[in-house]
Parts: sequence; C-alpha cells; structure tokens
Amino acid sequence: MITVDWLFPALILGLLMCCGFCLYRIANGPTAADRMVAIDILGTVVVGFVAIMMVLSGKAYLLDVALVWALVSFVATLALAKYLVGKRLDE
Amino acid sequence: MNDPLTIYQYVALALIVLGVLFDLSGCVGLVRLPDVYNRIQASTKCVVLGTTLILLGAVIWLATPQVIIKGLICILFILITSSTAAHALSRAAHRSGVPLDSRSVVDRYAEDRAASATGEEDAL
Repeated sequence: MITVDWLFPALILGLLMCCGFCLYRIANGPTAADRMVAIDILGTVVVGFVAIMMVLSGKAYLLDVALVWALVSFVATLALAKYLVGKRLDE
Repeated sequence: MNDPLTIYQYVALALIVLGVLFDLSGCVGLVRLPDVYNRIQASTKCVVLGTTLILLGAVIWLATPQVIIKGLICILFILITSSTAAHALSRAAHRSGVPLDSRSVVDRYAEDRAASATGEEDAL
C-alpha cells in the first residue's frame, strides 16, 4: 500500500508557485499586454486549483465554481483585449 | 487517504501530477520569455493542457454522473475559450503597437496589414 499523504501538499505548492509567477508578471510586466496575459493565465491556473480542492474535499459543487470562474475569466480577458486596442465595449 | 487506492485513483493521480507539471512549465515560460507574443504562446498552450489534465484527473477520481458531465463541459469550455482569449490578446497587443523582441526575425501580421492597407479597421 502506497500512501500519498505528501502528494497533495506538493501539488498545492506547485500551483501556488504558478500563481506566484503570474503575480510576478502582473507586478512588473513591461507593458499592459503582459499584465493582461498574466491575468488570463492566472484565471486558468485557479480553475485547476479548484479542481484539486474538489479532489481533496470530495465536494462536487466546487466544479460549478471552476466552471463559473472560467466563464468570468474569459469575458474579462475579452473586455481587456478590446480596451487595449482603444475600442469601446459596446461596438 | 489511508485506504488503499483503486486503479482509477492511481490514473487520476498520475493525470493530476502531469497537469501540475505542465502548469509549472507554462508559468516559468511566462516569467522567462522575452516579449508578449512568446509569453502568450508558451503560457497559454502549457497552462490549458495542464488545467485540462487536472480536471480530467478530478473527474476520474470522483466519477459520479454529475461530476463527469460538468467536468467534460468545463474541459471543452476551457479548450475553446482559452485559445480564443489568447488569440484576441495577441491581436490586440499587435494592434496597440507592442513591439516584438529585437531577436524576432519575421512579422507576417504586419506584412499582411501593410499589404492590405484599406484604411478601415475591421472588428476585433
């Protein structure tokens, strides 16, 4: 029997390192586009984080959180991309 | 977590570990690469694949009908929307004049836009 008690803290640490890299790029990206890319990637990483939390706690409703998070992150990224080219959001 | 794991749980753990490794490599690319377009292509591809693998592992681990249907919808949604968002971001970055890295050798989109300079901007 193999115990995996150490595995999930290591996975969570790995995803926290991902979030840290994204936050580094958000904090000192040279241009605004760098920051937007990092925000987009951070949203996708958090979806994976919620999935790992779902495995750890066994609560199936966390998948709804992941789905809604992906939706909101997608809409936010599109809005930021439109803002970047200087267009208004309603055209 | 002290029960012996089933074979499905071993498969799920392998998928989740692989997904976290892909996520880490994508985020290292986000920090290390020199300009916006390199960062977009490295981080988007790696992180989308990594998150898809993590979700697939979670679906295999929990394996109830509700989780399977919602998880597959979530995977499909991430595969479609993340690539769309990355495309829109790189297009917006190019149009707003973010320069390429000095070591870049080709810029086909600028050549296309200069060739078909019709004057009006089409929709994003």
